[in-house]
Amino acid sequence: MGIDLPLIWAVIIIFGVMMYVVMDGFDLGIGILFPFVKAEHDRDVMMNTVAPVWDGNETWLVLGGAGLFGAFPMAYAVVLEALYLPLILMLIGLIFRGVAFEFRFKATAAKRHVWDKAFIGGSLLATFFQGVALGAFIEGFKVVDRHYAGGAWDWVTPFSLFSGLGLIVAYALLGCTWLIMKTEGPLQQQMHVLGRPLALVLLAVIGIVSLWTPIAYPQIAERWFSMPNLLWFMPVPILVMVTFYGLFKAIARSAHYTPFLLTLVLIFLGYSGLGISIWPNIIPPSISIWEAAAPPQSQGFMLVGTLFILPLILGYTFWSYYVFRGKVTHDQGYH
Amino acid sequence: MFGLEALELARIQFAFTVSFHILFPAITIGLASYLAVLEGLWLRTDNRVYRDLYHFWSKIFAVNFGMGVVSGLVMAYQFGTNWSRFSDFAGAVTGPLLTYEVLTAFFLEAGFLGVMLFGWSRVGRGLHFFSTLMVALGTLVSTFWILASNSWMQTPQGHEIIDGRVIPVDWLAVIFNPSFPYRLAHMATAAFVATAFFVGASAAWHLLRGRDNPAVRKMLSMAMWMALIVAPVQAIIGDFHGLNTLKHQPVKIAAIEGHWENKPGEATPLILFGIPDMEAETTRFKVEIPVLGSLILTHSLDKQVPAMKEFPKEDRPNSTIIFWSFRVMVALGMLMIAAGLWSLWLRRTGAIYHSRPFLYFVLWMGPSGLIAILAGWFTTEIGRQPWVVYGLMRTADGVSNHSYGQLGFTLVMFVVVYFAVFGTGLAYMMRLVRKGPHTGEEEQPPGGPGQKRTPARPLSAADDGHEANSSLTERN
Repeated sequence: MGIDLPLIWAVIIIFGVMMYVVMDGFDLGIGILFPFVKAEHDRDVMMNTVAPVWDGNETWLVLGGAGLFGAFPMAYAVVLEALYLPLILMLIGLIFRGVAFEFRFKATAAKRHVWDKAFIGGSLLATFFQGVALGAFIEGFKVVDRHYAGGAWDWVTPFSLFSGLGLIVAYALLGCTWLIMKTEGPLQQQMHVLGRPLALVLLAVIGIVSLWTPIAYPQIAERWFSMPNLLWFMPVPILVMVTFYGLFKAIARSAHYTPFLLTLVLIFLGYSGLGISIWPNIIPPSISIWEAAAPPQSQGFMLVGTLFILPLILGYTFWSYYVFRGKVTHDQGYH
Repeated sequence: MFGLEALELARIQFAFTVSFHILFPAITIGLASYLAVLEGLWLRTDNRVYRDLYHFWSKIFAVNFGMGVVSGLVMAYQFGTNWSRFSDFAGAVTGPLLTYEVLTAFFLEAGFLGVMLFGWSRVGRGLHFFSTLMVALGTLVSTFWILASNSWMQTPQGHEIIDGRVIPVDWLAVIFNPSFPYRLAHMATAAFVATAFFVGASAAWHLLRGRDNPAVRKMLSMAMWMALIVAPVQAIIGDFHGLNTLKHQPVKIAAIEGHWENKPGEATPLILFGIPDMEAETTRFKVEIPVLGSLILTHSLDKQVPAMKEFPKEDRPNSTIIFWSFRVMVALGMLMIAAGLWSLWLRRTGAIYHSRPFLYFVLWMGPSGLIAILAGWFTTEIGRQPWVVYGLMRTADGVSNHSYGQLGFTLVMFVVVYFAVFGTGLAYMMRLVRKGPHTGEEEQPPGGPGQKRTPARPLSAADDGHEANSSLTERN
């Protein structure tokens, strides 16, 4: 067959996960920033900036899970078994956060603080364990005879824990710059003040990861530093530096839109860097998308429906962001 | 924990999360169709009662849908986290079916749900009705895919096994496997009946409190017509489903009946009650009716029904549990039929809206459909054991390799979180039910210019007006 189905499915899933990271990233970030904002009405505004879109954002996570199951059952089995605890904890965090959105507004004033805490705790829990899962994924899994052969706690490593903290910083910056874009007045000023230190910490995190992974994993070092790869991939770190420079400038001049857009660029570059490091493996360090693929009968069957529905979901997503564009203020709530 | 093994903990965990989840989609399926009927009747008759009921139930539908989405998120990951060997073995078949289920659900949410919940005054009547119909259709299409996957695990066909893994060969055969039509019909009907009793109980609650108005009466009346007609239909579908199971999974039927052995030349009795003992291979304290088992299951007076001892011990499901879960389901079904007949009797004089014993009965029957659904699923899923894919893979071989401590920890966490979160959600749904339908007043569509809130997703469609518009909602 002329069509490389595993490749198509890998692209769909990579795209879906990126959509998820970009879109759920900033609304998780808002939960992470909640403790820094004390005023009740400011918290309302923060919630309202994401209230109309958050559940659509999580769509991509479910689609990613189901798509992986159908297209790469072996990867789904191995990775999810290996990351059992971090993924379950992530899901628990997402449940709390998801319902906190709704129950917070429906709760009586006396009970509202409970859902505030659920929102903060859920966002932190979900983000941290997403980062841990990502770190553990980069480190790879021990596979024997198509099954996960590592231990229950293999995912607890200095690198994965660092990734968890790193992702909290990344999502916090996304949330911070999102709020700069979507709000005005004191809340926006507060976010402008927070933006700079958050960006500095994220710069440090990206720097450490960029050094840590090639030193610890020769495979990744070879991917990046052998010729001619080095020339091809050089733009990625250069662009990261340029983007950070632009981001600091934009925050310094109190820009409204640029910080968020540049943070998205950073996330995209980081994600590309990750892709470069592990491609074409779907179970690092050594099982490729072709080895883990479901038979063509399965991937082809799924592709028909996906190609039909995915554009509709994308269209609807853009439409809903378009409808709810512009600043959110105190007297107007989306809710 | 409690002398259970890791495998049993994994099964309990999956059973717990999926049992919680199924309650929400069941009501979603039923309410979506109910809403389509209400809107259709409103458009045809111009009777405002239908419109008022539509607005009332669409809010409850919205909350319920939201809970289904959140609890469903977990399910998309549980196959891999808890049943990784099964996922690798059968993922080429069940994975694509699950993907189609998810795509359908999101297609719905992305397209028509928004129009249905928020578009009442923003799109034309025809387009709005079309959206409601598409949502109702979508819930059934979603049911179609997930039950195709489940039924294939019960009665697999259309595949080959190559290198120890399932490869789909004929998708039509996979989807339309032998038990699928029966299971789909039984589950979809169960969702309708469960919703009818949920609606009926809500009406009974209001009537018992003296809130007697045309909308509440219409709710009760429609629910009881459903009970009268659909509950007996469900019993007939169930009978066919049972015969299908007898053909493809005879040991499941033997376990449901607590039927251990056939005596030569004697028809199979029906055991009404008893306690099947898996160790002693007998059913204790049994109350049985001669020949009835043969009559029900073979529709004859002399053919024998296969008995458990005819199957190797390691292939038998746990009769102690499914003997009883099956009887709970059947008993509830009979009570539902009784409620339908009672309502018909009371209709002659109009006492259906006043008879307190009847209204209390309907009120207590409110959760009966949901309990029956759980009991039915317990029966068919525990009855599938010890197989995860019937005859192809044992459950013990499909489980992930997690320690007992890990599973115990996550199970406790799921139990605590689910009761806290979905308990709150259910309490919130009940609060909406208690408000009752608006009657006669001009309904403000949620959101729009000049409105404080512009909801955009399911849960927020149900603004119960705790803050700004409380004055508006409390007027009724």
